[in-house]
Amino acid sequence: MEHYSMDLTLRVWRQRNCTENGRFETYQVSDISSEMSFLEMIDVLNERLLQEGKEPIAFDHDCREGICGSCSMVINGRPHGPWKGTTTCQLHMRAFKHGDAITIEPFRADAFPVIKDLMVNRSAFDRIIQAGGYVSVNTGNAVDGNAIPIEKDKADEAFAAATCIGCGACVAACKNSSAMLFVSAKVSHLSLLPQGAPEKASRVLGMVAQMDKEGFGSCTNTFACEAECPKEISVLNIARLNREYLAASLAGD
Amino acid sequence: MNWKQLFSSSVGRKLVMALTGIFLIVFLIVHCYVNANVLFSNGEENFNRAAHFMSTNLLVRITELGLFAGFLIHIVQGYLLEYHNRSRRSSKYAMTAGNLTSTWYSRSMALLGTLILLFLIVHLAHFWVPSRFGELAEVSYAGKSYHNLYGRMKDIFSQEWVVGLYVAGCFSLSWHLLHGFQSAFQTMGWNHRRYSAAIGSAGIGFSIVVPTLFALMPIFMYFGWEIDLGAVTLLF
Amino acid sequence: MVDNKIPAGPLDTKWKNYKGTVRLVNPSNKRKLEVIVVGTGLAGASAAASLGELGYRVKAFCFQDSPRRAHSIAAQGGINAAKNYQNDGDSVYRLFYDTIKGGDYRAREANVHRLAEISTSIIDQCVAQGVPFAREYGGLLSNRSFGGTQVQRTFYAAGQTGQQLLIGAYQALERQVALGNVQMYSRHEMLDIVKVDGKARGIIVRDLVSGELERHFGHAVLLCSGGYGNVFYLSTNAMGCNVTASWKAHRHGAYFANPCFTQIHPTCIPVSGDHQSKLTLMSESLRNDGRIWVPRNAGDDRKPTDIPEEERDYFLERRYPAFGNLVPRDVASRAAKERCDAGHGVGSSRQAVYLDYADAIQRYGRAEASKRNLGDIPKEAITGLGRDVISEKYGNLFDMYEKITGENPYEAPMRIYPAVHYTMGGLWVDYELMTNIKGLYCLGEANFSDHGANRLGASALMQGLADGYFVIPYTIGNYLADEVGKANETVNHPAFLEAEQRCQERIEKLMSIQGRQSVESFHKRLGKIMWDKCGMARSEEGLQDAIRQIRALREEFWSDVRIPGNILEMNPELDKAGRVADFLELGELMCLDALERHESCGGHFREEYQTPDGEALRNDADYMYAALWENRGEDGWALHKESLVYDVVKPSQRSYK
Repeated sequence: MEHYSMDLTLRVWRQRNCTENGRFETYQVSDISSEMSFLEMIDVLNERLLQEGKEPIAFDHDCREGICGSCSMVINGRPHGPWKGTTTCQLHMRAFKHGDAITIEPFRADAFPVIKDLMVNRSAFDRIIQAGGYVSVNTGNAVDGNAIPIEKDKADEAFAAATCIGCGACVAACKNSSAMLFVSAKVSHLSLLPQGAPEKASRVLGMVAQMDKEGFGSCTNTFACEAECPKEISVLNIARLNREYLAASLAGD
Repeated sequence: MNWKQLFSSSVGRKLVMALTGIFLIVFLIVHCYVNANVLFSNGEENFNRAAHFMSTNLLVRITELGLFAGFLIHIVQGYLLEYHNRSRRSSKYAMTAGNLTSTWYSRSMALLGTLILLFLIVHLAHFWVPSRFGELAEVSYAGKSYHNLYGRMKDIFSQEWVVGLYVAGCFSLSWHLLHGFQSAFQTMGWNHRRYSAAIGSAGIGFSIVVPTLFALMPIFMYFGWEIDLGAVTLLF
Repeated sequence: MVDNKIPAGPLDTKWKNYKGTVRLVNPSNKRKLEVIVVGTGLAGASAAASLGELGYRVKAFCFQDSPRRAHSIAAQGGINAAKNYQNDGDSVYRLFYDTIKGGDYRAREANVHRLAEISTSIIDQCVAQGVPFAREYGGLLSNRSFGGTQVQRTFYAAGQTGQQLLIGAYQALERQVALGNVQMYSRHEMLDIVKVDGKARGIIVRDLVSGELERHFGHAVLLCSGGYGNVFYLSTNAMGCNVTASWKAHRHGAYFANPCFTQIHPTCIPVSGDHQSKLTLMSESLRNDGRIWVPRNAGDDRKPTDIPEEERDYFLERRYPAFGNLVPRDVASRAAKERCDAGHGVGSSRQAVYLDYADAIQRYGRAEASKRNLGDIPKEAITGLGRDVISEKYGNLFDMYEKITGENPYEAPMRIYPAVHYTMGGLWVDYELMTNIKGLYCLGEANFSDHGANRLGASALMQGLADGYFVIPYTIGNYLADEVGKANETVNHPAFLEAEQRCQERIEKLMSIQGRQSVESFHKRLGKIMWDKCGMARSEEGLQDAIRQIRALREEFWSDVRIPGNILEMNPELDKAGRVADFLELGELMCLDALERHESCGGHFREEYQTPDGEALRNDADYMYAALWENRGEDGWALHKESLVYDVVKPSQRSYK
């Protein structure tokens, strides 16, 4: 892999807090190595802004290895940038070339209000989980781990849904700001397993109700969420949610 | 869980779109089948007879009420959803992924639906209103009198702009269906790893075949083409 | 001598007897007791959830935007449990023994035995919560092996075990939030503990969004705030991981134990340049199938695939034939460093060794071909089949490597190098997980208790969840039983106001410096000192030098750091400044501890103390103790010792040959 260095023009969304209006600021950065991660490129810019007596760009980030789900930028119109199945922190500057202009915005959705610059408030996701995204089992209640065999395919499918990192890219990518991919991943993860099955109906009803309350839009099946999901969660989960929702609605008391 | 809750939730409202959408798809099949008579030799009599049946049969008339309701719900709910969904992001993106991550027609269902609605209004004014309110000439086959709806078609489709408008309407319909067909199945939860390819192909096939047949009707009439089936009669 | 409260009686009945006789709090009284939990990783989330289930009123705090983002989420490989599902000779005793031995005989027997006993319940609990562990075709749980053991006892969920376990604990926590038993405060950072009459009675936190300070009361405070590996700047820890919560407790008198025991993980992606902000771990599970080697000739610049077999040095297999590539982490890391120091390192920096999957691909490919009855097929076809198997087992790790380096690990061997990964040291706790400050507990990586001088792979997740799910729910009652019926201080008690005032002053002081250098630049410089002098190899001279340098750096920090923005707003630079200021104190203590320990053990390797063939040379006669450091403010630290008594295991020279 040949390494190279590049100069870039960055157009970055700056917003002091959730009440003030934001605007774009343009910055030039030079000598960016193709080996850097995207966030390290922003680190370089931030260090320079600090030296110039300006405020660095605020953005959420933590693990920088694509698993915590903190990072949340829209890069040239793509949540987490141009690489498929990749979070912003794992996006590397090889994805860009010398002279590129890059537009960086926060995840935009009314359910995700901006806190500052590129940071948004995603606590709505926690409240959706509170509405049923769990198995009601107290510590100490469990039977032996091997007491209930689970088909490997089922377990694998549940795992695939459970790899969701709760970053909110699905919401950011959806023209309706719908959270269906996130919600359906949790619904699928738990309902596919025998341990989660008893609460299947109440879970899907509760989580969807909370999702609506939080102000997310509804799903119109454009599947942009699946295309942008850094963990490549399948929209088949959304179909499963729809199925379970209907079943729960029709069969419930 | 009560019914109100079901139909007012985001998933339930989409379900309404899907159910009415599928109902309208079924209507399209019947409509297309009946009207396809005009493409063939002896189309005039066959089509007028079929149209007569459709406008006099009690069961069909009752279903027609349902059809109107279906249209109305699909349209009103569609607009409400579009309005609701658009209002979920008050601060817009400066850049979007465009067609890289989703198809333009899947994002434009309201626009395509609006075009279809406009076309529908013109279409109803051309045919449904005159046929229901008795402004059509009469023809008789085997001593029995029928509305000459075929003649009306001949008249209407003698103007180029009308033919153009109908073809454009069919394009809108095609794109609307291209997303709507498989979307309806997804919304009803009928999407599964094993069947999604089949549903997808059926959707694409339907979205191409049915609107194409519809588009051929005004074109055939304008040019006076017909397909000679010999002794075979398509309908009735 | 401190009281570690280890129950009397034979090792394997201590915990059972403790549970059977410990004091309880009745359900109606639990509702009147408030517990503060700082940190929501595996230890914190599981503790908060379990205590909430018991009926305590819990307040949980995390600095991240959601409890689900705690760094436990990044653990890849797996979680150990003595289930013996594989029928390969595992048992509670063997897990206990492996952990004690892996820790180089610097952990407490009683704690480790309890951990091994509890391990099996953890798996059951997690399965019940819906954690989708890997399974065999028969539907039963799958296991794999990990470094430092000869049995298969590691449960896993692809390369994302930490994520799946944390999400299980997070969901249990959110369930308690929904039930009203736990109040969750995210984007809140603990800045101080509040002590009243010698007992921990609350904390001061800063709301990171508004910048406001808040006072919170609790009958007990649980610190579950993780490790301090970020003192090295470059580590596999998340960017936000910090020592602040533990350090504030330490400044209030809590002993910090064995601070120099840090784990350097052998399989990480090497540093690529000065811009590097963190290092990425490649799961230890890769050593199951991968072979580690360097060119036999120093400075060999050929492409790895061009170097013939006889010119490769599989140095772990050569030095440790019994365990081969699966030696414990400290041993593997040191061996890699030794080869690189001797000039055999690879890559542009020469600070890397190869982790090669070519053999494994062929082996799995042949097995697959025979399984499918394909007969004689060309080598390329076997390679293809083998890659598919490897991809199923390690696909996400290989993808990650390719994303970061731009190189395809299926084609050429990966380059890896050791990196700071975990800290075995931490706040001293007794058997009940209570620090020497009454009412102040410490769980998970933040405490020092279970891993001695080196932690075995897949044991961190086990310890975090053991502490949170199965230890603290029992031990906390023993303390809280005394708190029932006593008057609670309000948050307007002078101790709260004073603590808040202290935090306020410190923040104002940081903001008022308005110097020239960024917080990040200080952190980087501290990290370099720590890595060079207190990293994989330490020496008396180097450590003394490091202490001098750290003191100077600390002074420079407090006179020249630049923090932009204001106090009463979201200000990530200010958050970071507080954390780095604490690291600048901790770094000195780590060097001091390393200096004082005149032996090599586990992750602590003093160049002066090694065997003729370069292995760590322990000194059990003089150093078989946990070093407990008491903070004396301006006067530095005082050392206390907790002797480690081995009733069951007989310490011996650790050998993996």
